Amino acid sequence: MIWLTWRQARTQAVVMAAILAVFGLVLLITGPHLVTLYRDSTFAACHRDCATDAGNFLNQLASKPPYHLVYLLGALLIVLLPAVIGLFWGAPLVARELESGTFRLAWNQTVTRERWLAVKLGVLGLASMAIAGLLSLILGWWASPIDQAADIQGAGGFQSRFFTVDFGTRGIAPIGYAAFAFALGVLVGLMVRRTVPAMGITLAVIIAVQIAFPLVIRPNLISPVRSTSVVTAAAIDGLSSNQNGTLVQVQAQSPNIPGAWVYSSDVVNQAGSANLAPLPSTCPGPNGGGNGGGPQECFQALAAEHLKQVTVYQPTNRYWTFQALEFGIYLTAAILLAWACFWWTRRRLS
Amino acid sequence: MTALHASGLGKRYRQRWALSDCSLQIPEGRVAGLVGPNGAGKTTLLHLAVGLLTPDAGAVTVLDGQPASGPDQLAKVGFVAQDTPVYAGLSVADHLRFGARLNPGWDAAYAAARVARLDVDPGQRAGKLSGGQRAQLALTLALAKRPRLLILDEPVASLDPLARREFLQDLMEAVAEWEVSVILSSHLVNDLERVCDYLVVLAASRVQIAGDVDALIASHHRLIGPRRDPASLPSDQQVIQASHTDRQSTLIVQSRHPVLDPAWTVEQLNLEDLVLAYMSQASDAARGRRPVLEVQR
Repeated sequence: MIWLTWRQARTQAVVMAAILAVFGLVLLITGPHLVTLYRDSTFAACHRDCATDAGNFLNQLASKPPYHLVYLLGALLIVLLPAVIGLFWGAPLVARELESGTFRLAWNQTVTRERWLAVKLGVLGLASMAIAGLLSLILGWWASPIDQAADIQGAGGFQSRFFTVDFGTRGIAPIGYAAFAFALGVLVGLMVRRTVPAMGITLAVIIAVQIAFPLVIRPNLISPVRSTSVVTAAAIDGLSSNQNGTLVQVQAQSPNIPGAWVYSSDVVNQAGSANLAPLPSTCPGPNGGGNGGGPQECFQALAAEHLKQVTVYQPTNRYWTFQALEFGIYLTAAILLAWACFWWTRRRLS
Repeated sequence: MTALHASGLGKRYRQRWALSDCSLQIPEGRVAGLVGPNGAGKTTLLHLAVGLLTPDAGAVTVLDGQPASGPDQLAKVGFVAQDTPVYAGLSVADHLRFGARLNPGWDAAYAAARVARLDVDPGQRAGKLSGGQRAQLALTLALAKRPRLLILDEPVASLDPLARREFLQDLMEAVAEWEVSVILSSHLVNDLERVCDYLVVLAASRVQIAGDVDALIASHHRLIGPRRDPASLPSDQQVIQASHTDRQSTLIVQSRHPVLDPAWTVEQLNLEDLVLAYMSQASDAARGRRPVLEVQR
């Protein structure tokens, strides 16, 4: 059975291996040089308050063409991997047999169809997870200087691994995505019984889940931390107001929480409202008139109103908790989908 | 031991019964032909017998086991599905490897010898084989697993007459060599006439008649004589088909005893006549029409 699984998946496996080999080679070639750049940077030597050094290091990398490109390419590859696995490994697995009628041949050998499905699901499912894990591992190795810097201070287009888009490109979450996408593809193929429509539906569902999960589910997995800090005049960056001055908001520098996933950071007054109207009399009026005070005097007056900055975030030490949760959720979903595949094969295809 | 035993077997697709109330016993050691028009339920019955389908009513056992219930049962039954599916992308040699890996009882020497006789390049993709070669490859896969019962679903339907003859010849050689039981379906009686010694007529999703071919031939007669109401026949003569002209009646009847009434000219039926009689009876019944004597003036 394992031979048959390999023989039938050979082409897809070879294509996948070739893509990964080429990309792995790119990483292996550029990786050591990236490490050299890191060692030579002031960031590597820095031990405390490294935000500026980290930012400088990332900006330096961003100005050197291959690194940002390889970084983006890696992110793109690992984001696309589940879709590719679901489409080309999962969806055709049973759909092609049902479509071409060869299931009548396969299921009349001395192997029950449950075992046939178990071996195929097991071997290719584990292979999908291994590929995703491998890609995540080498990408994480290559990008470790970048991640280290970006966790302290994002700059030059490099962001903390905890950020919504970047989260799924590192760690163990991609392994869960691959398992889920594969099992989903197989089940859709079983239900639709045609390869091409099954591929289309699988792709649509994977895209929907990959968009909905980070936006809707992930932020609610653990309730975020809420921190409050006093806003000093120096921290105020500016303010915005509507035409008649009834809606005023203040922008302030975010408190530096290294590597955190920040949901929001709002300046509020003592009542807890983000609307600070009316403005102190020293501030410029809504139509540019006002009482003629300069920005510094205005900010001083605002700071005197005991403004607070409320930051809602997930601290960086929760990164691996989130990774484990996301991996667990996707893996559980994959196992449920696999169970549904067995149920469907046994009940609905007979 | 029975090759196939069905009792009250039925299979429904949504609202339509593809097979209903099918009770049937095919002894082991026979070459049984399953004949019926397209859509009669032949494929459904055979798929139930190999466990590709599960019944919605009744039960079926094959060689005293529940179809596809486990590796032992699967090993006992070889199946060549309709249109003889093979993996288009796999070579002929790959197919033999497929058979060897998936069947503990695989007879590699026999499979290799058969493929060599087919005169095809083992490296050739199965998708590029001719219909006849593909059918032969599918038969090889089914035979080399050394089953006790071979089930074939319209194996020759898409073959030209020459390939058809060769296929059936090869099948009969294997049957003679290994004493394997065979259930073979076709919508053409001619294909079955040469090879079968047991016949099942399936029409309108029901079994019309089943039995030993020689016994069936011996117990059916065509009676030609003066016009007469079929209802007036003796009770041991069952009318299968009746047609009438102004003066003459032609009846096909089943009777265990010889028909001695001197008013009739009694003719022997061939297998095709017999099958056609049962098929038309079934289609009449399906249309709600019983064969009655119409009064023509």
